[in-house]
Amino acid sequence: MAHEETVYDALGLAHGGEGQWAFGTGFDDPLAGVDTTVPEGVDHADLGAYCLMLGDDALVLAQRLTEWITAAPELEEEVALANIALDLLGQARLLLARAAAAGVLGRSRAHASPSIPDEDALAYFRDADEFRCTALVAAPNGDFGQTMVRLLAATTARLAVLDRLRASRDPVLAAVAAKGVHELTYHRDHAARWVLRLGDGTAESHRRTQAGADAVWPLLADVFSPTGVERRLAAAGVAVDPGDVRAEVTDVLARVLERATLRVPPEPAEAPPSGRAGRHGPELAELLARLQGLARQHPTATW
Amino acid sequence: MSRTGRTKRRAEADGPGIADARAVAAAVVDPELPMLTLADLGVLRDVRAEPDGTVVVEITPTYTGCPAVGVMRADLLHVLHSAGFPDVEVRTVLAPPWTTNWITEAGRRALAAAGIAPPGPAPLRADGPVPLDLGPTRRTADCPLCGSADTEQTSEFGATACTALRRCRECREPFEHLKEI
Repeated sequence: MAHEETVYDALGLAHGGEGQWAFGTGFDDPLAGVDTTVPEGVDHADLGAYCLMLGDDALVLAQRLTEWITAAPELEEEVALANIALDLLGQARLLLARAAAAGVLGRSRAHASPSIPDEDALAYFRDADEFRCTALVAAPNGDFGQTMVRLLAATTARLAVLDRLRASRDPVLAAVAAKGVHELTYHRDHAARWVLRLGDGTAESHRRTQAGADAVWPLLADVFSPTGVERRLAAAGVAVDPGDVRAEVTDVLARVLERATLRVPPEPAEAPPSGRAGRHGPELAELLARLQGLARQHPTATW
Repeated sequence: MSRTGRTKRRAEADGPGIADARAVAAAVVDPELPMLTLADLGVLRDVRAEPDGTVVVEITPTYTGCPAVGVMRADLLHVLHSAGFPDVEVRTVLAPPWTTNWITEAGRRALAAAGIAPPGPAPLRADGPVPLDLGPTRRTADCPLCGSADTEQTSEFGATACTALRRCRECREPFEHLKEI
């Protein structure tokens, strides 16, 4: 059994004896030993782009949730949001590693030093225009009520997609989805209970949560608009067309809001995809500046 | 745990070498729940010998983002190298996904003995959309300290991803519960 003092030696051993701990060098390739062969007839670039979409959604939502650390209404809620963010970060690591294994690295490798693993290069060394997350997760948190409505909307949509993705022809995506479904189920329940508590709470919590719902709803348009990549991969049995989950997602959201005595905002009009196409507002660049600043300023930092 | 010194060993399929390697790997403990071995936690999926003598260990992550996986991997390499196996490969297996149902009976007893309430059966679900659960969390756990069933949840989320915090109304002690997932 390795003791406390030998764990770090052992980690060094596991990483070619470098013993350096910087931007993932202390972590393993989350897909180590997993067969990442792209299935026959599946376009590598499309598969990689799709993994970036799902991975970036998780990474950016995780970062938004951690903004509540030290600022949530109660300590237990900080722990809860940190735990949910950790699950999402784990999903992001697998998906970004899967994108890299399919050969999709964008411009990240041009900026990241060779010692930085591909998944970290994708997370830390892409600019906002290379991120493929939807506007729903990129939007600022707003107040706690709005944060919970957004978490409810984002986890409901992700759960519906991942639940179908368990049958993907890509075994790696199918496995990531099968694990993610268990986690997203309790993420969504957690958000839904807060929306109930706040919507059906005091006049003030009701007013603010309603305002949150009104702010979040238009962002759903970006979730349901399929890109060419999603359409092609869905036709090939690899991805899920987000348009196909629209009815299920809006039904779940409406049920929660009605139970919470909140008015369900009008369904957003159809719009061409923006976030999935790399078109984001300035808020994503601001989030990435915080997420990526340390790695970019000190690319070989060790601690 | 038996250590066989620094003599380099090749693991052979079904030979004594691989049996030792299996025993060594199975005894590695979880870094966050050290009362559980990786075998009891249900994350050790396979230990086998390749034709060239390499020991291949397959592990599966518990929660997707669980940071303990890197330490598990390092610990496995460390103990197997120490047991004399120079060529060891630790591979990740993602399917089928781990659930708390993979924790062995011995693991559940070890958890309870350490004051952590073991998980109940993980929820099974039918086909179709994942049902929404808007009620209070229905899970229950007996107090691992006094055995009372009169306990309440204080927080759905604990210090690690896998635990919830509860309190016993009988003996008044707080305790952790490995939640079923």
